[in-house]
Amino acid sequence: MTSDHTAASSDHAVDIDRHVKVYITVFVALMVLTIVTVAISYLHLAVPLAVTVALFVATVKGTLVAAYFMHLVSEKKLIYAVLALTVVFFAALLALPVVTHLDGYWIHE
Amino acid sequence: MDIPYTVEVRRDTGLTNGKIGIWLFLASEVMLFGALFASYILIRVGAPSWPRGDTLLDVPLATFNTIVLISSSVTMVMAWASLMRGRFGTFRIYMGGTILLGLTFLVVKYFEYSHHLHLGEFPSTNNFLAIYYTLTGLHMLHVFGGMMVNAYFWGPGAKLWKTNPVWFTNRVEHSGLFWHFVDLVWIFLFPTLYLL
Amino acid sequence: MSEQPVVDAPKAPVAHEAHHEELGFWRQYVFSTDHKVIGIQYAVTGLLFLLFGFALMMLMRWQLAYPGVPLPLLGSLLGEARMPGGTMVPEFYNELGAMHGTIMVFLGVVPLAVGGFGNFVLPLQIGAPDMAFPRINMASYQFFVLGGLTMLASFFVPGGAAQSGWTSYAPLSIIATSGQTWWLIGMIFLITSSLLGAINFITTTIQLRAKGVTFLRFPFFVWTQFVTAFLLLLAFPPLEAAGVMQLMDRVAGTSFFLPSGLVVSGQVVDVAGGGNAVLWQHLFWFLAHPEVYVLILPAMGIVAEIIANNTRKPLFGYRSMVYALVFLGFMSFIVWAHHMFMTGMGTSLAAFFQTTTMIISIPSVVILTALIISLWGGSIRFNTPMLFAVAFLPMFGIGGLTGLPLGLNISDIPLHDTYYVIAHFHYVVAPGTILALFAGIYYWYPKATGRKMNETLGKVHFWGSVACMNVVFMPMFIVGLAGVSRRLYDGGVTYDFAQPVLQWNVVSSWGAWILAVFQVPFIFNFFWSIRKGEPVGDNPWQATTIEWAAPSPPPHGNFLVAPEAHRGPYEYSVPGAAKDFLPQSEA
Repeated sequence: MTSDHTAASSDHAVDIDRHVKVYITVFVALMVLTIVTVAISYLHLAVPLAVTVALFVATVKGTLVAAYFMHLVSEKKLIYAVLALTVVFFAALLALPVVTHLDGYWIHE
Repeated sequence: MDIPYTVEVRRDTGLTNGKIGIWLFLASEVMLFGALFASYILIRVGAPSWPRGDTLLDVPLATFNTIVLISSSVTMVMAWASLMRGRFGTFRIYMGGTILLGLTFLVVKYFEYSHHLHLGEFPSTNNFLAIYYTLTGLHMLHVFGGMMVNAYFWGPGAKLWKTNPVWFTNRVEHSGLFWHFVDLVWIFLFPTLYLL
Repeated sequence: MSEQPVVDAPKAPVAHEAHHEELGFWRQYVFSTDHKVIGIQYAVTGLLFLLFGFALMMLMRWQLAYPGVPLPLLGSLLGEARMPGGTMVPEFYNELGAMHGTIMVFLGVVPLAVGGFGNFVLPLQIGAPDMAFPRINMASYQFFVLGGLTMLASFFVPGGAAQSGWTSYAPLSIIATSGQTWWLIGMIFLITSSLLGAINFITTTIQLRAKGVTFLRFPFFVWTQFVTAFLLLLAFPPLEAAGVMQLMDRVAGTSFFLPSGLVVSGQVVDVAGGGNAVLWQHLFWFLAHPEVYVLILPAMGIVAEIIANNTRKPLFGYRSMVYALVFLGFMSFIVWAHHMFMTGMGTSLAAFFQTTTMIISIPSVVILTALIISLWGGSIRFNTPMLFAVAFLPMFGIGGLTGLPLGLNISDIPLHDTYYVIAHFHYVVAPGTILALFAGIYYWYPKATGRKMNETLGKVHFWGSVACMNVVFMPMFIVGLAGVSRRLYDGGVTYDFAQPVLQWNVVSSWGAWILAVFQVPFIFNFFWSIRKGEPVGDNPWQATTIEWAAPSPPPHGNFLVAPEAHRGPYEYSVPGAAKDFLPQSEA
């Protein structure tokens, strides 16, 4: 519905009302998750575990922002296609550090 | 000469030109920050030792900043929603809020940076600080850029609401997408640099 | 014979002509948002930079042919710092080398191939009135100019321009003189220009296609620009990030790319260390490999159009070409480390990248083969564009085939960083892409100006260029196979193993200088024909694609009535048709 850009009408206002409820819910969730991730950091977990948890929480928060604030839940196929392509190449980029450390590639001082 | 699909959507794609344009731009930004994150991982994993974020950086202050930025994302989307409801006055308030919150973020960062520099913690001091300044610095530039665009739509650009409200709403939406993206980057930056 | 514009279309831009007021000189020719003006601006600026980059190389070739010999006349003009007594100092040679590469790739070929041809032709070929974002289009050209001026200005800073190769490898680039900082800033402007352009091209291609223009009815040229735009969009940002990090290393004293314990001129460098020089290479090549496809794809597109037109038959294997093109674009992101086989990588990594590199040669071969087979059974017209387009094929073939030993780890070991590499990539870009770009200029010049370029001068330009380009680059394979490294200020003269092949340096140099002479008829032709060329109508080449349905030159808004595609792009020699071509937009 979000890409239906005609001038605001009364039934649009109803749809927007529903959306606003979602925005508030997401806002609360984001606040909670922020507190959670900071609180967990005080536990000083072992690095691999800490990284996994922190990234997991960040991913959840990021997904909420992308899905609801950026309206990705109701976007068009073309946008999904562009983003899917981007994700693939982003993964290739993140493979860079992996690739550098294979085969003893990196020489530690 | 009028370019089609600036305001109305093209039937087979269901999109306006601007919507596609902004998402393409965001895709390129994903690659930009992705490269920096990849570099961060590479340098960190290869380092003999790496300080935990909270030993060098101010976590409570950054948590506050995170809350500020997330709040600004909410006010941003509410600004757009107000336009969709035809309420220009409310839009002004929410957009103004977004800009103020963005300004708050920048001010806090200014204090953070000054504090570090005062303590002699420069980008050249070690790689942790180098990547910290670079990542947050580039992010800050994006916050600043987004604020400039938002300020334009709050101020002189708002004239467009009178002549072409749909186009104005779309442009605010696109500006909002950029702003949310900036928030999204911070959502990953914050734990990565400050908490790990 | 000229084509009638399509009649009966609803939203005709004709109405807009009425309230399109007269723009002043500055708004019409300098600060224009019209894609055709911007395209010409890009093309002319790009050609000027190509000439300048060529001039830099001609200077270098003196040093390579006659190392240590003072350059007559010009030597004294370039100052005592760079050419004391007319003899080039090594730093100046390095400056010329780094800037030759940078200028040719980023200021010459890409602006001409993408900014020039893409901007001018793409909207016309899809039946659009302009690009989706005309003001962003103008901004993208302005960033290009800004980047170009920054690069040119860098010659005048103390220490001279960048001199660490166009590849700017760390740690050399980090400790280099201030010209390198200017290079980095210039690159940021150029990357911005490309990103803005890419966004425009992709959005325009998807959204502003006229009625009936489906994806599989696109001329192949449109497909190549579309895929190229994705490459620019997604591959450039990592280089931008790397550029920012290199700037930080140079200006803020960070050590992203500086390892610990680095010693320069006998002294340990006073930095925190802990960085990785190979990280720069990874980020650089992550862009620079897709970048080479940015260099070749538009050329393939241009050649495809001209071959279809001048064989009077459809392209062979259009669909395969399109799929190959898309696959090629995708693969181009995962082959980059074949430029880095000599950085100490282990066998699994090398195996991965050689495999992807071998795989990527397949779509290239598909496209080349399809283009060659397209000639079979055609009624070939050997006009100037066609001569250049056909010559592209074997030249790209040589360039591509000679890349194979470079893409395999084992054979790359003796060949890496030798003249063999230089020969390989120049074959693809110089007798390859540049020939295609010349073809495109002769082909679309009538559309842009309403006049044809002179055929005789064109043929002189053609034969001279093709011959000389081969004289320049073919011997470099021999020199490289003998083991002579690239970027040697004296062309290898101090090495025993180079002695048997040194005479080839002289051959290459003379090839280059004579090549320059053969560009004179082209430059003269380009300007002379604006006023004195044979006037033409809408469709002097009897072509099918939609740009030929617009007037020559097209007005603001392009088409007098919005076109509609009724068929594919290459309906030539259709059995039973009245003439040997059916224009795509003819009812």
